[in-house]
Amino acid sequence: MQDRKRYIVILAVLAVLAVVYLVRLFNLQVLNKSYKEKANQNAMRYITEHPARGLIYDRNDSLLVYNDAAYDIMVVPNELRDFDTAELCRVLDITKEDVIRKIEKAKKYSVILPSIFEQQISKEDYGFLQEKMYEFPGFFVQNRTLRSYPNPIAAHILGYVSEVNEQDMENDNYYQMGDYIGKSGIEKAYESVLRGEKGKRVVLVDVHNREVGRYENGAEDVVAKPGTSIWSTLDLQLQRYGEELMANKRGSIVAIEPKTGEILCLISSPTYDPNLLVGTARPKNYAILLEDSKKPLFNRALMASYPPGSTFKLANGLIALQDGIVTPSTIYSCSGGGYHIGSHVVHCHNCGGLNIYSAIQRSCNSYFCRAYYNILSNRRKYKTVQEAYTAWLDYMHSMGFAQKYETDLPYELKGSIPSADYFDKKYNKSWNGNTVVSMGIGQGEAAVTPLQMANMLAVIANQGYYIKPHIVKAIGRKDNPNTQFSEKIVSKINPEHFRTVLEGMKMVVKAGTGRGAQIDGISVAGKTGTAQNPHGADHSVFALIAPADDPQIVIFCLVENGGFGASVACPIASLMAEKYLKGEVKRKDLENSMKNLSFR
Amino acid sequence: MYNDLNRKNTKGIDARLLFYYIALVFIGWITIYSTCYIPDGVNALFDISKPYCKQLIWIGTSLLLGVIILLIDKQIIQNYAYYFYIFCLFLLVLVLIIGTEISGAKAWIKIGDFSIQPTEFMKVATALALAKFFNEGKTSAEKRYVWLIAGGLVLLPIIVILLQHDTGSALVFLSFFILFYREGMSGMLLLLVFIAGVLTVITLKFNELYAIALITAVFIYFMIKNRTQKKLIKRNIIVFVISIVFVFSVNLLYENVLEPHQKIRVATILGQTSDPKGADFNLNQSKIAIGSGGFFGKGYLKGTQTKLKFVPEQSTDFIFCAIGEEWGFMGTLVVFFFYLALIYRILLLSEKSRISFVRYYGYGIAGIIAVHFFVNIGMTIGLVPIIGIPLPFLSYGGSSLWAFTTMLFIFIKLNDN
Repeated sequence: MQDRKRYIVILAVLAVLAVVYLVRLFNLQVLNKSYKEKANQNAMRYITEHPARGLIYDRNDSLLVYNDAAYDIMVVPNELRDFDTAELCRVLDITKEDVIRKIEKAKKYSVILPSIFEQQISKEDYGFLQEKMYEFPGFFVQNRTLRSYPNPIAAHILGYVSEVNEQDMENDNYYQMGDYIGKSGIEKAYESVLRGEKGKRVVLVDVHNREVGRYENGAEDVVAKPGTSIWSTLDLQLQRYGEELMANKRGSIVAIEPKTGEILCLISSPTYDPNLLVGTARPKNYAILLEDSKKPLFNRALMASYPPGSTFKLANGLIALQDGIVTPSTIYSCSGGGYHIGSHVVHCHNCGGLNIYSAIQRSCNSYFCRAYYNILSNRRKYKTVQEAYTAWLDYMHSMGFAQKYETDLPYELKGSIPSADYFDKKYNKSWNGNTVVSMGIGQGEAAVTPLQMANMLAVIANQGYYIKPHIVKAIGRKDNPNTQFSEKIVSKINPEHFRTVLEGMKMVVKAGTGRGAQIDGISVAGKTGTAQNPHGADHSVFALIAPADDPQIVIFCLVENGGFGASVACPIASLMAEKYLKGEVKRKDLENSMKNLSFR
Repeated sequence: MYNDLNRKNTKGIDARLLFYYIALVFIGWITIYSTCYIPDGVNALFDISKPYCKQLIWIGTSLLLGVIILLIDKQIIQNYAYYFYIFCLFLLVLVLIIGTEISGAKAWIKIGDFSIQPTEFMKVATALALAKFFNEGKTSAEKRYVWLIAGGLVLLPIIVILLQHDTGSALVFLSFFILFYREGMSGMLLLLVFIAGVLTVITLKFNELYAIALITAVFIYFMIKNRTQKKLIKRNIIVFVISIVFVFSVNLLYENVLEPHQKIRVATILGQTSDPKGADFNLNQSKIAIGSGGFFGKGYLKGTQTKLKFVPEQSTDFIFCAIGEEWGFMGTLVVFFFYLALIYRILLLSEKSRISFVRYYGYGIAGIIAVHFFVNIGMTIGLVPIIGIPLPFLSYGGSSLWAFTTMLFIFIKLNDN
């Protein structure tokens, strides 16, 4: 009986609970209308707040990149109702087929999440549409920002941003359809700094597609964090000036502040206006640039491998001094008009007997051929030519050749200086210093990038070390230096040898092949070069360090098909140095004639 | 006792239980399909990445499991009850060591792509172990310890599950008190639990001073009433002191032991804080979904709130939202009918059965299913704090469906004579 009673009690408790629940549910579902209204109002719209990307300044606080307002029309397929297609087409200047196609595409992505319907409409169209938005349920306008460049310069370094692709979204789930991402240059290297953090706004939308308010008073909203600004190492004035000088020429100028490794300018010519790769015009313009036979997208400063020409003699001279092959007083004679290998002669200018200073000053081929041969034939120190060559390559490597710096620069290439193995294969292990002697004067197999050459100049200017060349000086605030690339990399050459070579370079400008580089009141060190080009006229090359006694800037300039180093690259590098050190250029005639030179 | 089990009875497999089971599983599956349904999109039935396809696999394997259970000798089920209990307990402890954490609870063992939640099977195992324990009959000397041992069998898994931070599942084990009550545990004890609950709510919702005032008032009333009976006065004083200590320890526990998210959930139910981003937001969305269903609902596959993912966990713990939204109060009634009918049928058969083992087991699982049902629905409409436990037979998930299928089919088998 007791059991029976408890069974009834249990059933009763369950029944009471069920009744309480059902009453509550009846109240909630049938009697209380407020939830229905809430659900209707609950047409919440998640609007992504795109933060403004960080700005990019040059080293003197001049603006290089800023943001412009733009407006995207978004569509939520599920919220679409009948609308006047013709009117929409008229406002946006698109066809009815476009509308159908775009809506189909949006549906494929999501029927409930917004997709971009039309990108970056003009401010006028936006103003017009904003008033008529209620006629187009399911559409709304979202603010965006676009990159803009007050000066059309430094396109290669600044890089560009574009919409993310599938791959980007897969790599980082921060990105969603329609987001922008830095695709090259500083924009890519500093994407995480520049992009900021997206926010979101949850708004309630009424049946007329109008925002009626913030959902839960904005409790769900997340404020977008604007991107962090960046100070580049570039000098806007110098960069612009260099691009002007290089107009109508092919080639590159790289200038570095040697003490810091900061790149002052990085010019690759021909270049393009970075404003071309912004917004909706980007795909079209990109295709045009890509097909351009002059290859404006190709960043010669970092990607082109050139034979270094006579400027390479500086590095070889340093190695010869370091290995004790020559001393500053060693004299090599070049009787017979050059360096003889059997019946072959590497010609020079019949210099007579020269020490290393004069050899640099007069760019004597025979001196450096002999020095290079002697480096590779130094059997007291190296048992075989392979060993000697590998040691030489090691010196080169310590001065920054044959490697990528992997700092914050876009798409560098490492150039190429072949290994001993390469020659073993090529000459079936039977080769000696004379076989590869052309590398002693910067011809032959060695190929370097303009950036590497400029870096070597920095090693000379610093008398033995370099800091990896980089392009960003400060992040967030100007007094918050970018310290990730401040390590000193010391070369394997003793400091005194740099003083010897620098002395020779001063003589080049004072009374040698580079007299055109002289600047009033500043002592300039330099080295000309003429890089043999199997495909056409030689490349004109000049390496410059100024002021020679307290180097502030090193410049490497290469003009493709420009002929002798002294004739084109030398005056251009000199003008650049003058511009940087003095702020303005007095030699207007020279400036104009250089600007007007054309080697297309 | 075992002879009872072999006694012939012509009833056979209970068709109604089987029908309720199939109906609930069916309702569950069509609802899961609806929650993942993409309007105007591709909804391939055999897309293994979709929950409704996986659930089809769980249903298929569950049916297979059911058939196997029906084929097993019931003697085996009884004989192995303790071993099953120990095995599941072992798995629970194993989870603590090698388990995977999913939404805050370390309650899952991951095997390849699938996760198993041993807690679900522990419920069946505990029901079986308790049935076997009660069935063994006690001499009067042992009787004293019956409740202690039975309580221990329930407490052991509770402790391990609490260590996994799966408070919701741990609470479910308290449902065995329904069995204890049926088997003669003092009703006073349940009443005490009820009073403790009331005091807890008062303490947390208002202030411990209110609770103390109430206790004091009641105490004074009884002191005046029983002023002549010395024995009762002594008892009253003891109860008074225990109550006061209880109230203070509730406060202490709440402040120091509960995790922050649990505090928020409790506070939300008590109407103390408004936390629109957390628990309150979910509850609000859940209520909007159910409430917007109206009497007849918005129609199958036409729910907007659940589709727009306003409601969290809509195919698992919050599956009732989708039913409430798309089928309205009618859907609510249907779901209630099947659950109440199922629970009533189990209790009725348990009560009628001449085999005590069936009764013990039946009360055990009826309690489990009832607590799951009322707590799950209660949390979607704001009657119970949000604790993540599934709706039996309906919610998406392999472990849960397998466990509840096992639970029910063992009962069907034991009851089949």
